Amino acid sequence: MSGNMNLTLKVWRQKNVKESGRFETYTAKNISPDMSFLEMLDEVNEDLIKGGKDPIAFDHDCREGICGMCSMYINGRAHGPVKGVTACQLHMRSFVDGDTITIEPWRAAAFPVLRDLVVDRTSFERIQQAGGYVSVNTGSAPDANAIPVPKDNADEAFNSAACIGCGACVAACVNSSAMLFLSAKVSQYALLPQGRVEAKRRVANMLKAHDDAGFGACTNTEACEAECPKGISVTNIGRLNREFAAASISGE
Amino acid sequence: MNLDSKIPAGPLAEKWDRHKFSCKLVNPSNKRKYDVIIVGTGLAGASAAASLAELGYNVKTFCFQDSPRRAHSIAAQGGINAAKNYRNDGDSVYRLFYDTVKGGDYRAREANVHRLAQVSVNIIDQCVAQGVPFAREYGGLLDNRSFGGAQVSRTFYAKGQTGQQLLLGAYSALNRMVGEGKVQSYTRHEMLELVMVDGQARGIIARDMVTGEIQRHSAHAVVLATGGYGNVFYLSTYARGSNSTAIWRSHKKGAYFGNPCFTQIHPTCIPVSGDHQSKLTLMSESLRNDGRIWVPKQKGDTRKPADIPEDDRDYYLERRYPSFGNLVPRDIASRAAKDMCDKGYGVGKTGLAVYLDFSDAIRRMGEKTVESKYGNLFDMYKQITGDNPYQTPMMIYPAVHYTMGGLWVDYNLMTTIPGLYATGEANFSDHGANRLGASALMQGLADGYFVLPYTIGDYLADIERKPIANDSPEFMEAEKVVKERLSKLLSIKGNKTVHQFHRELGLIMWNHCGMGRNEVGLKEGIEKIRGLRDEFWKNLLVPGSDLELNQNLEKAGRVADFLELGELMMVDALHRNESCGGHFREEYQTPENEALRDDENFAYVAAWEYKGDGQPHQLHKENLVFENVKLTQRSYK
Repeated sequence: MSGNMNLTLKVWRQKNVKESGRFETYTAKNISPDMSFLEMLDEVNEDLIKGGKDPIAFDHDCREGICGMCSMYINGRAHGPVKGVTACQLHMRSFVDGDTITIEPWRAAAFPVLRDLVVDRTSFERIQQAGGYVSVNTGSAPDANAIPVPKDNADEAFNSAACIGCGACVAACVNSSAMLFLSAKVSQYALLPQGRVEAKRRVANMLKAHDDAGFGACTNTEACEAECPKGISVTNIGRLNREFAAASISGE
Repeated sequence: MNLDSKIPAGPLAEKWDRHKFSCKLVNPSNKRKYDVIIVGTGLAGASAAASLAELGYNVKTFCFQDSPRRAHSIAAQGGINAAKNYRNDGDSVYRLFYDTVKGGDYRAREANVHRLAQVSVNIIDQCVAQGVPFAREYGGLLDNRSFGGAQVSRTFYAKGQTGQQLLLGAYSALNRMVGEGKVQSYTRHEMLELVMVDGQARGIIARDMVTGEIQRHSAHAVVLATGGYGNVFYLSTYARGSNSTAIWRSHKKGAYFGNPCFTQIHPTCIPVSGDHQSKLTLMSESLRNDGRIWVPKQKGDTRKPADIPEDDRDYYLERRYPSFGNLVPRDIASRAAKDMCDKGYGVGKTGLAVYLDFSDAIRRMGEKTVESKYGNLFDMYKQITGDNPYQTPMMIYPAVHYTMGGLWVDYNLMTTIPGLYATGEANFSDHGANRLGASALMQGLADGYFVLPYTIGDYLADIERKPIANDSPEFMEAEKVVKERLSKLLSIKGNKTVHQFHRELGLIMWNHCGMGRNEVGLKEGIEKIRGLRDEFWKNLLVPGSDLELNQNLEKAGRVADFLELGELMMVDALHRNESCGGHFREEYQTPENEALRDDENFAYVAAWEYKGDGQPHQLHKENLVFENVKLTQRSYK
């Protein structure tokens, strides 16, 4: 078909968490500009399998930019060259015939590589389990409209809660800090009356889990915001710092 | 075996309260002696896991994703229904019940649907208390929008990401219980077999998808909250990993399958662009609040949509259904789109698309308001198609979106296997032959937060409290079966990849068991599936080994199950000699091409029993008794 492309891929291959990895070069032939990036990888994998080789393992699920499963570094950028989209929503019309594309997994000590482009993000789980919730048992809630929330606060809380937990912020950060992810969750609750009761405990415990998992400190480079596919703002980190300062001063 | 739906006696509105009182209780100090396995961590699974753990049960959750938060409930866009009547527009529990039974084309159980409508109001309360950031008005109270099949505004929403926010709410409750040690969360684990001891569900065999280790997990009860099976069609709005393996393996162990052919084809999805396509993307039904659907009046009109004057456009839904207009239920909107395209009025490169136009809405409300309501959907559309929907109408076409069918369950959500429950989309229960928009989220959370926590105690109260051994002969045998199956998939070493088989299966399903079905086509389809299944087991090529992260091996097991389930769907579609909801048998239609039900002969749930490989399934009927709603031809005119 006219308009289709031939591309060279340099892909990180790694058998498992123990072995060391390396780049391998592949060609992707006759790629339609209407394909998504992952559909292009699907095609490459079909060729690899038929050629008796191991296909490239990569995480993906919803393929509509919301589950946060896909996670790859494309030409030195988390989720690739287009701002505000995940790798699964990136389309091949963003590339031109003859391009060489380098594809790597997220690189961070707290995200060990499991295979090829697949990393272990259970460190994110531990941060959430440390306090990313409101302690309300099922069945004990008052009527929903008994708790009015100013629209601006609700909208802002939504913007923070829109984080998909993909880990691009960590991958983009020179310190491998997960502060954008953490602060988005803390902010969502900080902005809502439901979250205020446990605010001090929450921020202290989640921050500790963040540090224990091996994520680095935030030095305000703001690469996280620039690479976040969902536009999560660094103002969340400012809010996190205020919450933490307040928790430290007054204690439990 | 006789199907006992266990619907409680008494007037409709009192059934659930009476039943809750009659359910046996497990005292708080004994709850910790019971283990419950929950497979799937979407809305139905995560809400059940959190709620059961809060009660004191020991819970293990399993999901194939790397986090419970990534289950495909996350992708639900438009909203969640609840009979709050915050709009003062005449809504009530009874009206939500009525709309849902009617929307399902009278093929759902009255008692279940009424319970769903009753607890819908508690769901919103619970989610708000968790900190779910629903859309609000300037007064600080919750906002609503309208969805198909209803003339009231009862849908609560969080932009076009309602499923995400509700799932993150349930996930946060789950995380709290993991943090307290009441839930063990197994991620990147896949259930490959159900284990039964003395005729009761007592555990599962799971595979660690990173190491390939096969594990035996025992429990006093097993809950399947594994979602629907629409990926049998290959192209669908489901996540790529969504699969039927948990319910299908359980079906083969004795859980009856209810109404397998009831599939929802969603009217507003981005059309197929080429053979490479791996999935279809939904454009939320909420867009039909403000978007108008049309095609050119003239066949093959190649003018740009903006150049086609008002008089040359056919707003066919508004024309055919003046009282519901663009907000008719999904099955009707989908069929109408197919009908227009089949007659040659379709637009776009393939002719398989219709316009969804926002120009009126943008004129009326301004681009900013439209953006605040639908911004993320417009962005998604633009990213996928390269077109800007603020400037030119969207092109949409129906796509597989949901399965109303699923494991047959009684009023307690228990399958025909004692101790095995199915919740959310994995069961067949509440939506009849067509689900209304914004009702899937409602059902998933109703089952998990407010139904199962009551009904599971009724079963557990009678079970011995000692731990279940995971090394009994039954467990060892199930483990062996799983290992042999994996080895078999790897050992075929044929020439065709699992993707190729899946794609071929999907085409057969879409062509023979899609939006329009007929006797001849279904019979052909069954033969084709059998042929493909034979070829699969002779010519499949799976690379790698079982003791490593092997995505093709995972998928091979799932497609093997789809190849069996697909046939049962066709058998069910063939036996149901009527049209109802999403099941449209071309032989049975009204003069206006609407679905023509046969209540005399088919007002029942078809529950299919597995009788062994190569044997025909046996049909059991649960007759549907309508004591409150009068069965009529659905009319949205």
